[in-house]
Amino acid sequence: MAGHDTIQINTLFEIPTLNPGVMKDSSPFVAAPAHQQALGFPGELVDDWQARAIEKFSELLKESRALQVYMDGCVKCGACTDKCHYFLGTGDPKNMPVARQDLLRKIYRRYFTFAGKYFPKLVGAEDLTKEVLDDWYSYFHQCSQCRRCSVYCPYGIDTAEISMAAREIMDHIGKGQKYCNEIIGKVHKIGNNLGLPEKALINTLEDLEEDIEDETGVAVRIPVNIKGADILLVTPSADFFAEPHIDGLIGYAKVFHAAGVSWTVSSYASEAANFAMFIGSQEQMKMLTDRIRKAAEDLGVKRIIFGECGHAWRVAYSFMNTLSGPFDFLDPNYPVPQHICEFTWDLIQKGELNLDKSKNDHMTLTFHDSCNVARGSRMGDSPGGQFEIPRAIIKAVCHSFVDMAADTIGEATFCCGGGGGLLTDDLMEIRTKGASPRMTALQEVVEEHGVTHMAAICAICKTQFAKIMPQYGIGMDRIVSLHQLVSNAIILDGQTGPHD
Amino acid sequence: MLSTIFAILFYLATTVFIVGLVYRIRLYARTPAPLKIPTTPAPVTRQGVVLRMFKEVALFESLFKANKWTWLFGWVFHAAMLLVVLRHLRYFTEPVWIWVNWIQPFGKYAGFAMLAGLLALWGRRFLVERIRYISGPSDHLVLMLLIGIAASGLMMKYAVHTDIVALKAFTLGLIYFNWQPLPADPLLLVHLSLVLILMFIFPLSKLLHAPGVFFSPGRNQVDNPREKRHLAPWVTALETNRSKAGGEK
Repeated sequence: MAGHDTIQINTLFEIPTLNPGVMKDSSPFVAAPAHQQALGFPGELVDDWQARAIEKFSELLKESRALQVYMDGCVKCGACTDKCHYFLGTGDPKNMPVARQDLLRKIYRRYFTFAGKYFPKLVGAEDLTKEVLDDWYSYFHQCSQCRRCSVYCPYGIDTAEISMAAREIMDHIGKGQKYCNEIIGKVHKIGNNLGLPEKALINTLEDLEEDIEDETGVAVRIPVNIKGADILLVTPSADFFAEPHIDGLIGYAKVFHAAGVSWTVSSYASEAANFAMFIGSQEQMKMLTDRIRKAAEDLGVKRIIFGECGHAWRVAYSFMNTLSGPFDFLDPNYPVPQHICEFTWDLIQKGELNLDKSKNDHMTLTFHDSCNVARGSRMGDSPGGQFEIPRAIIKAVCHSFVDMAADTIGEATFCCGGGGGLLTDDLMEIRTKGASPRMTALQEVVEEHGVTHMAAICAICKTQFAKIMPQYGIGMDRIVSLHQLVSNAIILDGQTGPHD
Repeated sequence: MLSTIFAILFYLATTVFIVGLVYRIRLYARTPAPLKIPTTPAPVTRQGVVLRMFKEVALFESLFKANKWTWLFGWVFHAAMLLVVLRHLRYFTEPVWIWVNWIQPFGKYAGFAMLAGLLALWGRRFLVERIRYISGPSDHLVLMLLIGIAASGLMMKYAVHTDIVALKAFTLGLIYFNWQPLPADPLLLVHLSLVLILMFIFPLSKLLHAPGVFFSPGRNQVDNPREKRHLAPWVTALETNRSKAGGEK
């Protein structure tokens, strides 16, 4: 890589010494007035922002038991202090979850508790000043809401909930984040994060169909807006164009083709991602899940299946039924929604896919558990299915699979560094540093077990790794979609290629 | 005079403690939890959640995953304190309940374990850089308060005995509103004063973690959002309005 040096990966896992303030100035671009107003937020920082912030904070405390309990319950035991990938990557103490929470908690104490009102110094309560707001803006955008800290907290305090609340407050006083708010506006207007209109989407997918037919000799369809199809596929729009995402989309299409089911993509709801979760806005989140409900109703489908996307799956699995349900108009024989991995694994178990593992023999795989899938959702019927099913699929389509260290996978998985609305170039430094724990774990299996590729089931993870890994001296093609592996191994009826 | 002041303070402290906790617990219970946010993998049944909460509250399962030393010190302190508190029931009951007599031999020594756990927890706040950074004055003061209670109690038990029979008469007098004199023993007065402070600050401080843990949605929710629709009050309100509007058409 011209221009800058490769970052040396330290395969020894170390807790950094504190480096106060080192990431203080890492903050994302502020949303322009147009992006703010499109979501109903003030265009820029309002004059009476302190009062409005406290007012909003008070509202949120009344609306969320989690926020109320988490504000009161922390005893500063320090269990979380070495658990955040951004702290491990930067050493900035305000990236320790408890310290990040305290940026909000010290304001809570000052304005909402007896001790903080009368003995602020004693309990670490502070007035809401411009400096505090600046810290909020920087450090609540250095949290990817991955919930790793909450696994280790003896009270289950979830920093994701706290950073969502902080971002919600900032949106309401006119200090929103450009990246998330601009994107949410695009979904409202056009239907996906990219702003890809119906016609362009149809053209893109037709081209892709041609590519698949050229390669395999089989006419695999990727249908758009087909009324009466059985299955609505909702997938992150990155699947339509980005690498390696698109290879995953080809994989879903082949699986659907092999299963002989009728399915469709919707241009109206052509986005699984729901960035409203990142900004903590339930109203916005509902507007986006309502689009999916409407698409399902309009197209008259019987099932909804989600493609590979981490936070989208959390929203779909955990929140969509609450926000846009009940989905009683769909076929009750299937869970609503289903994950594409559940669908594929079901077919594999029934022996309905013709798979040739040797097609993936050029790779030794490992699997990156995406944070929102791991700690905010489930697959299958039993707890932990979200870890077992993707691995079971990989093992069914590849000969060679090795897990990374146990304390870096499963519920202990490290975020890729780009989740939670941080996948933007203006946050490249924190993204790079936040990826280092995962890079360390990956490097270890590369050196010990000859791992060549890492599979993921999240559009953000894939984009982040493709961008970040080269900085660590790992090729961007080393990150693959899980369904790309399925796509490689699957043999369709009448398939003539690719020729080895 | 002294006895009267302490008697009044104990009534006040008990009132603040109970009213404060009831107020807080009602607040937690009444605040809606609009979304399903259990930290997964999470139990898929109510019974599973009860087991998860039990492991969390009785064994500090998550803390065990996080840091073995913190777990050891924290668990020893809490378990020992529980024994010590239960042992103290003998000063509030006449005749003393049988099971309180059973734990007496263990409770007597649990005070040392409690003190050791507290000292170790306090030591971390000085010795571990990260913990030092996050520790504020109140974090130190709460530990000092508990250490003071444990140390003064142990001294009375093992060094400078107090008139325990008179003390029991005093506590029973408080319960039955038949006030009796409190032994004016300096160590006892220190011990009781610190306990009074603890009762006063309990509902106003981070000690709220004790009731709070039971209300943590990350731990107490069942992982079944697909199977059973979790209702958010604001969404339900929207739906009710919509169906009303639809009905009027």
